[in-house]
Amino acid sequence: MAQSQQPATRKAAIVGGNRIPFARSNSAYAQASNQDMLTATLDGLVARFGLQGESVGEVVAGAVLKHARDFNLTRESVLGSKLAATTPAYDVQQACGTGLEAAILVANKIALGQIESGIAGGVDTTSDAPLAVSEDLRRVLISLNGAKTVQERLKALARIRPGMIAPEMPRNAEPRTGLAMGDHAAITAAEWEIGREEQDELAARSHRSMAAAYDRGFFDDLVTPFLGLTRDNNLRPDSSVEKLATLKPVFGTGEGATMTAGNSTPLTDGASAVLLASDEWAEAKGLPVLAHLVDAQTAAVDYVHGGEGLLMAPVYAVPVLLARNGLTLQDFDFYEIHEAFASTVLATMKAWEDPAFCKEKLGLDAPLGSIDRSKLNVHGSSLAAGHPFAATGGRIVASLAKMLHEAGPGKRGLISICAAGGQGVVAILES
Amino acid sequence: MADWYTTFANSGVGTTITKQLGLPRPVELRRYEPGQPLLPGPVVVGSAGQGRLRDTVTAVLRDAGVTVQSPVTADGGTDGEKLGAVVLDATGLTGPADLAGAHDFLAPALERLRSSGRVLVLADPPAAAGSPARAAARQAVDGLVRSIAKELRGGSTANAVFVPEGAEESLAAPLRFFLSGRSAYVDGQLLTLSAADVPANPDEEKPLAGKVAVVTGAARGIGAAIAEVLSRDGAHVVAVDVPAAGEQLARVANAIGGTAVALDITAEDAGPRLVQQLVARHGGVDVVVHNAGITRDKLLVNMDAARWNSVMAVNLQAQLDITQALLDAEGALKPGARIVCVSSQSGIAGNRGQTNYAASKAGVIGMVRAWAPEFAERDATINAVAPGFIVTEMTAKMPFGTREIGSRINSLQQGGLPVDVAETIAWLSQPASAGVNGQTVRVCGQSLLGA
Ligand SMILES: NC(=O)c1ccc[n+]([C@@H]2O[C@H](COP(=O)([O-])OP(=O)(O)OC[C@H]3O[C@@H](n4cnc5c(N)ncnc54)[C@H](O)[C@@H]3O)[C@@H](O)[C@H]2O)c1
Repeated sequence: MAQSQQPATRKAAIVGGNRIPFARSNSAYAQASNQDMLTATLDGLVARFGLQGESVGEVVAGAVLKHARDFNLTRESVLGSKLAATTPAYDVQQACGTGLEAAILVANKIALGQIESGIAGGVDTTSDAPLAVSEDLRRVLISLNGAKTVQERLKALARIRPGMIAPEMPRNAEPRTGLAMGDHAAITAAEWEIGREEQDELAARSHRSMAAAYDRGFFDDLVTPFLGLTRDNNLRPDSSVEKLATLKPVFGTGEGATMTAGNSTPLTDGASAVLLASDEWAEAKGLPVLAHLVDAQTAAVDYVHGGEGLLMAPVYAVPVLLARNGLTLQDFDFYEIHEAFASTVLATMKAWEDPAFCKEKLGLDAPLGSIDRSKLNVHGSSLAAGHPFAATGGRIVASLAKMLHEAGPGKRGLISICAAGGQGVVAILES
Repeated sequence: MADWYTTFANSGVGTTITKQLGLPRPVELRRYEPGQPLLPGPVVVGSAGQGRLRDTVTAVLRDAGVTVQSPVTADGGTDGEKLGAVVLDATGLTGPADLAGAHDFLAPALERLRSSGRVLVLADPPAAAGSPARAAARQAVDGLVRSIAKELRGGSTANAVFVPEGAEESLAAPLRFFLSGRSAYVDGQLLTLSAADVPANPDEEKPLAGKVAVVTGAARGIGAAIAEVLSRDGAHVVAVDVPAAGEQLARVANAIGGTAVALDITAEDAGPRLVQQLVARHGGVDVVVHNAGITRDKLLVNMDAARWNSVMAVNLQAQLDITQALLDAEGALKPGARIVCVSSQSGIAGNRGQTNYAASKAGVIGMVRAWAPEFAERDATINAVAPGFIVTEMTAKMPFGTREIGSRINSLQQGGLPVDVAETIAWLSQPASAGVNGQTVRVCGQSLLGA
């Protein structure tokens, strides 16, 4: 009897990454499209690793806000890049988890031996975002398109009313609740009693840590300038709790509102890419192996009816990942918890420390416990860099891989990213 | 691409005007292109004195597919064909009287030289001549060649190569360089060879095939041209520039299939970081071009410490530190390595407002001279190239008058192009250039400054 051949698996190596500096919405990249940014990011990666004319196994990337014309965004970007035109590509989208999910997909194919190398990426623009017209106007325009005679066309045009003209701007809102993501986060912040000051502290630390990392050249081989921008323009090296304390809350209501523009991420444009490979491929090319992607997990919560916070899914994903890998929450040298909002990071950690929550919601005998804050987002995170949704995962994977590599062999890092729709993507990297 | 004046001077009306007004009449220089023959016409080889190099010269030229004529036909003018080059073997001069032979040979030969022609004089080095009369005759070559260079028109150049006894093997690569289009903007120069084990180039079309070359300041200007030319000659280029120039740097690297490294060469750990990258990714490096450089001009009395220090740090200290780091790290410099350091005409002539810059660039010349013996022991070389007025983004920002004068006060009556500097560097980087060590080659069209 033929035995089913289980393919042997291996761990995918993270060779390096590249991103363009992130830019606040409608600033440096106001005229750049998703394809422009992703192509430039791929080209920066190609230049760094000498991949001109090379065909990598697969390029996987995505964008959260996408024009209809970008239906094949990643493949089109590959064709515009210096990679060989014979490089296959596909798009993925899992909201803010897109970049990390893309890396997991590439890593899994490498693990299975289906590809030897791959690039995972993500891009988003809130400046060149698709603009929708009102449903009424859309109907008129469609019938105009179908009109055959001049009379028919004029008749169709005559149906346009001034009220139809106002475009529907894209909103960062949950379709099922109509609430902005920040409003959801504010509910969670209130539930977990996350104070204003600790949020501002986390934000200030993020800015200062990232500025210091830039100053010591940490990002020299992770970032390639684009359109004249050399650093993330959201970065405030002189950020302080005192300055942040002066800002008015923008999410939540009344006395208890704590979330400001300073401790929430702004709308941001940018792109990132990570080069993954088998150890053999990297070795043959003389390329480094910074770390391996060990394992990953996704989770989702019912934030509509289930009473769980919109951005709390990673809290559920991490214990599953830890159990499968026989690790405790304390077994890590670095933690990268995506700073969608300072309060999200703080609520996530508080939940892991809470015996009742861990028992009732996570089904654990004991709480996961606390994590050493000095190991958290040590080179800053999204509050400093900004958060172009699909590009954040690639930023974190490449930076963490480099941090682990610098720390030496056998170091471990945990990535936790929350996403719209009540989802979470988490992963373990190891040097 | 010629500059506006050269284009104008060669246009119909421009020719008339410039001739009538006695204005400079620069021509478009013959520049190297792959596949091009070494010379566009035959060479006449003559000698003054005993001449021990004629056979070597003839063999190298025949090998390169060049027709070699003897002085008899040059004098009589057999078919009147214009000459691509004139080579005088002036080795073995015993005293000034022997120089008459140089005059006898050169005068009629130069008449037949075509535009962008080449005059090359080979001689014994004046130092250690053995007698004052010999030394006088050898040194006379210096004045002779520099003057011929000034008399030649139509983009032609004259240079001299001093070949010490025992360094005959070293001659082939310099001979090819000075006659070829690669040396378009090298004029009035005197190069001294040394004895060395001279490997052959793997392929004259791809002399750097299989080599790894690092170029600093490669994002633009002369550095970008160096990266392109080294790549054209077969090298894999590791292009280095400051992180802020990363976008242009990536473009340069991608255009030539190279690798981009964002690195400030003045960073404390720049040497080790570069070494690590070169060893891990490329198994070491064959060619290092220290090109990155900055100017921070001010009269000395007005110059603050920041201007002084930043220029020294980029232009001189970083070259020293990175070279030392490469020497110290096991396996970083591959056997037969070539280091080329970019100096400047200001480092030779000095320049008002450039005390910091000129000091740093003069320092580079001293550095390569001092390091040459240590490199020779490793079968490696270290040389400097001193560009004159080279048309780049930097010079485009100069006031019109300064720029025009700067570009005309040389024997070729025009500014050089980045590619001219790059060609010289690529030549010094060749395996066959083993016998050129500790030298500073000016790429200045025989500038009047510091000549
Ligand atoms: N253009 C001329 O006429 C001329 C004449 C003589 C000598 N030179 C020399 O030639 C070299 C190139 O000049 P250019 O005209 O191309 O200048 P350029 O300014 O166009 O290019 C110099 C490059 O060096 C880079 N650089 C500067 N500091 C650096 C650092 N700390 N680390 C890494 N890279 C750094 C710059 O970013 C730039 O890309 C310089 O050494 C210059 O002094 C130029």
